[in-house]
Order: sequence, then structure tokens, then C-alpha cells
Amino acid sequence: MNKKPESDSPVFTIRGLTKTYIMGEVTIHALRGVNMELFPGELVVLLGASGSGKSTLVNILGGLDSATSGEVIYKNQNLTKASDRDLTSFRRNHVGFVFQFYNLIPSLTARENVAIVTEISRDPIKPEQALDMVGLGDRLDHFPSQMSGGEQQRVAIARAVAKSPWVLMCDEPTGALDSKTGIKVLKVIEKINQELGTTTVVITHNEVISRMADRVIRISDGRISKVFENTHKVHPEELSW
Amino acid sequence: MRAINRKLIRDILSFKGQVAAISVVTGAGGMVLILFATTLDAINESRDRFYQSYNFAHVFAEIKRAPESISDRIKQIPGVNFVETRVKGPVRLSVQDFEDPVQGLIVSIPDGRQPELNRLHLRQGFMPDSGQTNHVVVSEPFAKAHDLRAGHTLEAIIKGRMETLTISGIAISPEFVYQIGPADIMPDYKRFAVLWMNRKALDGAFGMDGAFNNLTLTLQSGADEKMVIDVVDHILGPYGSIGAFGRHDQTSNRFLEEELSQLRIMTIVLPAIFLGVSAFLLNVLMARIIRTQRQQIALLKAFGYGNAEVGLHFMLFTAIIVCTGSVLGVGFGAWAAHGISDLYAEYFQFPEMSFRLQPGTIILAVLVAFGAGMLGTFRAVMHAVRQAPAEAMRPPPPERFTRGWLEQSFFGRILSQSSRIILRNLSRYRFKTSMSILGIGLSGALLLLGSYQFGSVNHMLDIQYRLVQKMDLHLSFNEQVSLSARTELLVLPGVHYVETYRSVPVRLSHERKEYRTSLIGLDENPNLRMILDTHHQTVSLPPEGLLMTLYLADYLGASAGDVIQMEVMEGHRRTLKIPLAGMVDEPIGISAYMNRDALNAIMREGPAISGAWLLTDETRHGHLFEKLWDKPHVAGIGLTSRDESNIRDYIEDTVLIFMIILLILAGSISFAVVYNNARIAFAERVRELATLRVLGFTRAEVSWILIGEMGLITFLSIPLGWILGTGFAFLLNKAISTDLFRLPFIVGPDSFAFSAGGVLLASALSTIFIARKLRRLDMVLALKTE
Repeated sequence: MNKKPESDSPVFTIRGLTKTYIMGEVTIHALRGVNMELFPGELVVLLGASGSGKSTLVNILGGLDSATSGEVIYKNQNLTKASDRDLTSFRRNHVGFVFQFYNLIPSLTARENVAIVTEISRDPIKPEQALDMVGLGDRLDHFPSQMSGGEQQRVAIARAVAKSPWVLMCDEPTGALDSKTGIKVLKVIEKINQELGTTTVVITHNEVISRMADRVIRISDGRISKVFENTHKVHPEELSW
Repeated sequence: MRAINRKLIRDILSFKGQVAAISVVTGAGGMVLILFATTLDAINESRDRFYQSYNFAHVFAEIKRAPESISDRIKQIPGVNFVETRVKGPVRLSVQDFEDPVQGLIVSIPDGRQPELNRLHLRQGFMPDSGQTNHVVVSEPFAKAHDLRAGHTLEAIIKGRMETLTISGIAISPEFVYQIGPADIMPDYKRFAVLWMNRKALDGAFGMDGAFNNLTLTLQSGADEKMVIDVVDHILGPYGSIGAFGRHDQTSNRFLEEELSQLRIMTIVLPAIFLGVSAFLLNVLMARIIRTQRQQIALLKAFGYGNAEVGLHFMLFTAIIVCTGSVLGVGFGAWAAHGISDLYAEYFQFPEMSFRLQPGTIILAVLVAFGAGMLGTFRAVMHAVRQAPAEAMRPPPPERFTRGWLEQSFFGRILSQSSRIILRNLSRYRFKTSMSILGIGLSGALLLLGSYQFGSVNHMLDIQYRLVQKMDLHLSFNEQVSLSARTELLVLPGVHYVETYRSVPVRLSHERKEYRTSLIGLDENPNLRMILDTHHQTVSLPPEGLLMTLYLADYLGASAGDVIQMEVMEGHRRTLKIPLAGMVDEPIGISAYMNRDALNAIMREGPAISGAWLLTDETRHGHLFEKLWDKPHVAGIGLTSRDESNIRDYIEDTVLIFMIILLILAGSISFAVVYNNARIAFAERVRELATLRVLGFTRAEVSWILIGEMGLITFLSIPLGWILGTGFAFLLNKAISTDLFRLPFIVGPDSFAFSAGGVLLASALSTIFIARKLRRLDMVLALKTE
């Protein structure tokens, strides 16, 4: 498995991104002009309180939602103008998602939950190998109902990385887990980021988690309020909350 | 309004599609119940009222000629209430501007007044004045068919004498509620009439001075009808009686009873099917609502709402659906019942047929619909009631899945993950899956039930009119004539071929069952009136013994080789034992057959005949009919092609209209079941589907999981629908077999195709609805909801 080649040109370039929703009679400005770049292989933590706009930003980056104005360029491809078909193909081949509530298919075993993605992607790794990487090589044939929350989230990570994505989007990956289990999951995310060189975005409201990031982007009220690089990046096992 | 009731209203609004679908099915159940119960009730009541107010007789007897004094002896029979003697006979009529011959039955009435029994209900005009010899009352349907009114005249040939009759009134009688010619199986109002005339005038015409040839009587309440009939037969036997009979064997009453018994079956079977399906749909929907509202239920309980209140809340949901359905059912039921009243009024002549929607019927329909609804929701609601608040607050335990046997086979290894999801979901929820398959199967069964009769009816008429009856004309004679009449007929204009028969009224009995019918004596190998075995192959008549229709043999509980007791109701009135040589399969009518020579021998007569069948040149019918009517012994002329078109009209009017209603309703059920299933599958799977979209599945790939599941269920339910439908059709076929006709049990490939096609169409429509929902699937939802 090759590490993704690192280069200086950004994976994502975001310019003047805004997003407004109309909710009944109220207009919500979820994003009010966001500019940022994401570089190959970096682990970015998007930090913000609930309602800050961080999820909206990730949804747009992941091709789930479209911006009201501004530009999202993914490796020379303008996602803001992409059709539904292009966005589907983008999600299929380039982005891996990890959800807060794992979102495994309850009727499929761990191996099959990974296979459901590898079967449709261009350059997948073997489901067994992906599960091995997250430490679940011995739980291949277990159904979600037979696994703990932490294990289920690790299956979800295996599923996300098995397609060899360029970007891994993790939306509150530890949100539904206790801290001990959460740290185990973060270790897996770190391992993936380091071994595969996948650009990783972790969304969280948990300040502690930002200590493991290469870069921390703080969002509040739909804007980037602060960006800083961690000079002393720590390993997840050193974290506690 | 209380907040919990607001929740109820919003819940209903959010499930409006499914609520509407289930309401329609419930309404359909209510509608058929009201339709059939009201019709049944109306006919029953009209009949009872007519019979009672107009003194419909209990016992009827026909005699060749008996002296009037005999009636005193009959009045002495214990149990007899009132006796009336009459003169009755065939008459030929000709109506102005109507070419075809018209057959009539003329019945005497006491001079210048209403009879005591079988009184007439005058629609127009008056009874003939006393002493009038050429005034008649004519039956209403005949008068209507020819636009005749009081004051109009008719030409009639009574016993060979031409007379001009003046219509004094137009009436109906309880004796002819179903007005049908003696040899017909279908009413033909243009060509058959009943006339009533003063007794004195008829006595003269029929040579019945001081005598009678027909007798009717009423019984005291609690009298033994069978005993009275036996005594009447004993007294009238020497005078050429063809056997007295009760209302049960009276033609008009018998047809009426047949109709009522069919209606009774429909009243039970059809609502049961529809309400069963609606209970099933409610069950699926409520189980789903209660599953998804687990936490809301816990919350309500935590706030202090009692179990009963929670239970009531969900019961009200069902109640609102049932109420909506009931309103639809009552409305459409009343409308349809009204429409059907016109149809019945055409076939059954009552003074009035009041299609009143009885409060009792409405209450019954609503109660039955409620019962079905509550039965359907009970399990789900009890689940909500029993949930402990704390337990309900927690998310439901994760669903357990396993690999089925199918997947462990070779087939399993080649499955894609999406197909695996489909298979495991179906096998995980086996009960729900089987109920869905059963539900759709039931609707397919209804479609088959609705459509098979079209083919069956055609098949029946084809057998009767292509294989059994090959003659162009059938003639019946007043009384038996010598076989030499055949030669006379052969020389008539346009007659190509003549075949003769002898027909004798008999009472057949075996063990404790008995049946009155005609025994028909035929040539050994008839060419115009074929005798068919169960494979529709022609059989020749054995020199000895009896053949009878399967239906009759079944009724008598007799099988080939059994000895049947046969009472001859004509001439010497012997009772003899005769072996049952075999069975014949005929869809229309109930008769017994015998070699004509053998029958002549039984009757102790020479080669006598009672009628003839003719092959003719149709272009010369006008001329031929003229000649035939000149022959004194010809009592009736029937045109096979007209019989066929009459029966086809009748079937189209009644059976097929019901079947079309059934088809429309079955189609809506198919859609409701499939759509409901699809909506619930979508609601339960929405997060999973959204997740897959996020993971990069295309819309088509995501749709496949849902649509594939629907497709598989549909695919499995089609053969089930075929099996159930064939079963229903078989039962219905048995249930609606009557003396009049029996539909052959034929379920053709077109019925199977129709059933499958209907289900597939309903699935396709549901798929379109679901595909629209899938297009609007919110992916972000997948990320946030638990």
C-alpha cells in the first residue's frame, strides 16, 4: 500500500464559500465566506461549537451539499459546478466518510460492510486488509449487532479507507463513544493518516482532540476565526477527556 | 385541542398516502358489505311483502282436467288454509309491428275480481269486468317491452281459435316475480307474456266447464307441506296430475332463491377479503409507527400519561382511518346499491323495490370495519402500552442478522453486497416479509378471481351452444304426438333436418334426496342435442338406464350403477326403479336423459315425441314460423341463437358488472398493499440508503436495494396469488353453481397473466412513487441521525 505522494499543491482550495438555508421564514447563514486550503497528507481538525458551520463545510467538501456561492476546487476540479453524477463519482472514488453514528449496514458483516464500498470503487484495497489495519482482522464475519461501539466505528473507518481515498472526512468520530474507546478510534485515524498519507479532516467540538492535528481550523459563526499549526503534535494515547 | 390530539393529527398528515390507501381498502370492504347486504335486504323484504300482501300460494298443482268438486276434498286436507282452482294454458300472441312469434301463458281469474291467491298488483287499468270474454290483464314487463297500454289490443290464438283481446290492465303477480317462459332459462320479455282472463271465458276456450286444470293453495302456519303435497297428489293423481309442488319448486320463486343465496355468499366473502387486507395493512403501518415513536411513547409515559391513554392515542389513529373508510364505504355502498336496484328491477318484478339503506346495515358495516381495524392494530398497540418508559427511552436493541441457507450455497458466493442486503432484510423479518408476500398475493388472488369468470362464462356458453345444442330451432308440443310428426316438419319451408325427443316430468329420488326435473328421451346417437361426458366427448345413450347431469347426481348423492327411484309425473304416474348408467357434464340446466325407445316403453306408449329440434335456413324463418304456428300441437318455438344472446346479456348485466367492480377494487388493493410496503421499507431504510449515497453509490444503485426488495417480494407473491386465486375461484365456483348454470372451473393463462400483470402494474406505480422519494433523499440526514 503506497503512501499518497505529498506535494505542495493543495488537495482542496476553498474561496469565498457561503451557504445560506431558508428554514421556514428564517434565513440561516451557515457559512459566511470561508477561505482555506487543505494539503496532501495533513491531518486537520475542524474545531467548533455546535451550529458553528463546521458540518456544513465538511458536507460541501465531501460533495454532499452545494454552496450558495464561492468555489471549492478539488485537485483542479471545480466541485461547485459539478453535476450530481460527478459528485457521486467524486464521493465514490476520492472521499472516505466516517460518521458519528457509524452508519454500518446492520444486515452486512464487517467484511461485507467494507466490501460494499470496495466493490464499486476504482482502486480498492482488500476488505480483509482494511479491517486488519483497524485491528479487526479477527472480527471479519461479525455483524454490527455483535460488536461494541468502538469496534463498529473502526469498521466504519476501514470502510472509509478501503477505497484508498484522497481525503478522509470524519464527522465527530468519537461523539458516540466513551473517552477510552474514542482514543482507540483516534489512534486508528492517526495510523491511517500516517501510513496511507490520506488527507484527513476530523470535525469535533472537543478541544482535546485538536492536539493530535497537524493544523487546527477553528470555526465560529460561519467563519474561520483562527488557524494554527501544532508545533507539538501529540499521539492520541496521550489525550484524555 | 389537547396537545396529544394535535400530535395525532400531525401523525396522520405525515402518513397521508398510506392512510388514504388503507382508508380506500377499508371503504371498499364497507362498500361491498353495504351493497350486498342492502340488496339482499331489499330483495328479501320486497319478496316477503309481495308474497304476503298478495297471498302467494304455498302449493301448486297442474292437472289435465279435474272436476271442480274435487277441490272440496282438497280443502279438507289437514293444514290447508285456502284452495283456488284455475284454468291455465298456453297461448300464442301476435303484437303489431313485431315479427317474431310471442308465446304466452294465460291464467284464469275469478270473473270480474281479484283471485284470492296470487293476487295481481295492478300497475295500470282495471281488472276485466265480470262477463267480459275478451278483456285481459297483461304482465308488466311484456307490456313495457312492446309499449302496450290499457286499451290496446292483441291478437291471440287460444286453443286454435284466433281472438282479439283488449288489454284492460297491466299487472305483476307474486307467481311471476321472475317472468320466464316454460322452456326458457332467461327472461325474454318481448317473446313471453303472462295474461290473466276471466275464468268463464277461459273455461269455454279450454273446454273446462265445471272443471279446472290448475290448483293453488295456501297452508296454515305449522302445516306439514310434504304431507299436504302427498295427499294432493293422491287425490289429483287420477286426473292427470303431473305432481304438486311447493314454493321451492315454483319456477319464479326458485330463481329468486338462487339469486338470494348467491347474494348471501357475496355478502360474507367479499367484505371478509377486503377488511382482512385492510387489517393487515393497518397492522404493518401501526407496528412501524409504534417502532419509530418508541422514544416519544417513553416520553409521554415519563410525563405521566397512563398506559390506557397511550393505547387510546394509537387506537384513535386506527379509528380515524376506519371512520374515513366507513364514510367512503357507506357513501359508495349506498350509491352502488341504488345503481344495482335498477338492474334487479329489470329481472325481478316487485310492486316496489325499496333500496333503503337500513341503519342496521350501516352499523353492521361500521362495526365490522372497526372490528377488523382493531384486530389489525391490537398487537402493535399492546406493544406500545406494555413498553416500560425507561426501556423505551433507550434505542431499540440492534437488529440481529444471520446468513441464510441460500447464501451458504454456491449462489451465496456470487451475490453482490446489495443483493445480500436485500436477502438478509427479507429473511431477518420473516414474519413481515411473509405478511407482505401474503398481502400482495391476496390482491393478485382477487385479480384472478375477478378475471377468471370472463373466460369461464365464455367457455360455458361455448360448450352449451357449440357442443351441446346444435339445433337452430327447438319446438315443444302441447302434448305428446306420434313420431310421424317428424315427416310433417321435414317438408316445411327451410327445414333441413329434424330430430325428435320425448320429455316427461319426473321426480327422481335417491336415498333421502329428491329432485323434480324433465327426463328427456333421445335417439341413441343424437346429432342436434349432444350428450357430453366430463371430457366434453359425445357419448351415446345406453339402451337401458338413465344418464343425469353431474350436478344432479351430486345433489342426489348418486353414482353410476346406483338404482334411482323415478316417479313419472305424467300419464299413469308409475314409480319405478331404474339404474343410473352414467353421468353427463352440462354447464346449463339440470336434466336426465334416456334412450327414447326405452322411455316410450316406460310410458307404455308407441313411438311418441314431445318436441323436435330443427336445422333450418335462417332466411326462410318468417315463412317457416307462419307454418309452424298453424300447427295446433306446436306450443313453443325457441331460437337457439336468441337463447344464447339472452343469456349472454344477462351474464353481462349481472355477473360481469360485479366482477368489474371487484376488479377495480382488487386493483386498488394491489396498489395499496404494494405502495404501503414500499413506503414502510423506504422509511425504515432511509438512513441506510442515505449512507450508501454518501459512500458513493449512485441513485440507481441505492434504488436497487429498495426496488430489488420490492421486486423480489412481488415476484414471490405472484405465484402465491395464483395459488390463492385458484383456490378462491374454485370455492366461488362451487358456491355460485346453481340449477340454472354452473361455470366450468377453467382458469386460463390469460387470468394468470392478468393477475400477475395487475400486481406488476401496482408495483411499477409504487416504484415510481418511491423513486421520486429516493431522488429527494437527504444525504446529510445520514450523518446526523442515530
